[in-house]
Amino acid sequence: MPHISAEGICVEFPIWNPSHRSLKNAVLRATTGGRLARESSTRVVVQALSDLSFEFARGDRIGLVGNNGSGKTTLLRVLSGIYEPVRGRLEVSGRVSSLLDLSLGMDHEATGLENIVLRGVLMGLPPLAIQAKVSEIAEFSELGDYLSMPIRTYSSGMLLRLAFAVSTSVAPEILLLDEWLSVGDAGFRDKAERRLLELIESSAIMVLASHDESLIRRFCSRMLRLEHGRAASVS
Amino acid sequence: MSARLQRAVRDLIDGVRAYPIWGRLGWQDIRQRYRRSLLGPFWITISAAAMIGGIGMLYSQLLHQQTDQYIPFLAVGLLVWFLFAALINDACLAFIGAEQFIKQVKLPLTVHVWRLVWRNLIIFGHNILILVPVFVYYHRSIDERALFSVAALLLVAIDGFMAGIVLGLVCARFRDVPPIVSNLVQLGFFLTPVMYQTQALGNQEWIAQVNPFFHFLQIVRAPLLGLEVPLDSWAFALGASLVCLLVTLGLFSRYRARIAYWV
Repeated sequence: MPHISAEGICVEFPIWNPSHRSLKNAVLRATTGGRLARESSTRVVVQALSDLSFEFARGDRIGLVGNNGSGKTTLLRVLSGIYEPVRGRLEVSGRVSSLLDLSLGMDHEATGLENIVLRGVLMGLPPLAIQAKVSEIAEFSELGDYLSMPIRTYSSGMLLRLAFAVSTSVAPEILLLDEWLSVGDAGFRDKAERRLLELIESSAIMVLASHDESLIRRFCSRMLRLEHGRAASVS
Repeated sequence: MSARLQRAVRDLIDGVRAYPIWGRLGWQDIRQRYRRSLLGPFWITISAAAMIGGIGMLYSQLLHQQTDQYIPFLAVGLLVWFLFAALINDACLAFIGAEQFIKQVKLPLTVHVWRLVWRNLIIFGHNILILVPVFVYYHRSIDERALFSVAALLLVAIDGFMAGIVLGLVCARFRDVPPIVSNLVQLGFFLTPVMYQTQALGNQEWIAQVNPFFHFLQIVRAPLLGLEVPLDSWAFALGASLVCLLVTLGLFSRYRARIAYWV
């Protein structure tokens, strides 16, 4: 049963100036006391998320809102398992798929078809499962003969179409979206939106981070508002 | 087993299982380097061949060695050294270089380390082709002892992997370390009997004996040159690997979760 529960999770980024990153100074700090040691204790830390608690259960469609730098993307990364919270307890059960960077890992010298496999593998699919999906993905992307060309010959719109087609080809249990995905020209955009809606429909839990509150109202049943890394309101 | 260690071991297992990922990314690294060139990755072979030919001719004169003895010795030694040096230098960038991946998609972190090991094994595989003409020309043959060289290369790959975790992690935290390491590797090249025979060290042979590079080089090189399998070097290499394993497990379980924050 897919669910996410967080209890007082904190995420802090240490900010190092070059002297903190230098091995020489780390050695000196260890061997000397006083002044140098004080310098190390005044290290700047950015609190990206602090003391955040929530429960997301099956069927929840959560809208994540907040200003720039309020921690939305960081929270999505925490949910996808990239950052492990420094403190607090986080439990995520269910297969997570995050549509954060659609074209990550694509090889510009390889053909469209090769990139479908490459992206699929990066999403954790076994190569055989991807082979079975290739024709469906190819058809959806409407790129036709271009699929046997290196993707460096694609326009940026075509590239996004391909990336979108692969990334949305598997239905996850927990779907994480950083902003609504809008790709392609007018005709393709409608088709892409339908596909995204289907994906959301079939997922058990969806978390959408967006600045567009009308979008959130339209697709989400719950809302988590972040302010400076804290939950300002949960509904 | 502590929870931290458990998660580190989980990462190690998942990393091996993710071979479709690092297998592809490793090849992709090679292809991108030689994209749209006629010979593609075989440029690796050609550059190494040019180097061995050049150095071989020059140094066999300088060191008063017979070319038919010296060039096969040099060829095997240099190729193995190239592998060591590349493994160690790339190890420093194991995580820093994979920043994009680490921050955007949840993968076992060891995937990035296997990727660099695999990439360097592919390069080594291209390089080793040089040995065919060299061995044929100088009427060398290899026998069943070469299997020990294969086993030794396997050990080198595993140690390269562990070095990738340790150095990758340290370098992600301390950005001064990569240049330090590359200087040490450079120095290591001159201290290791790659271009000269161990005997040339005379009374200073201990320099080779305490040098881990030397022992790892020996276990690969000696059987290929028709010499006995060097048991003392095997013992040293296995011991060093065990120490390496403990350090790797310790550091990786302690700092694995911090890597995403550091890169």
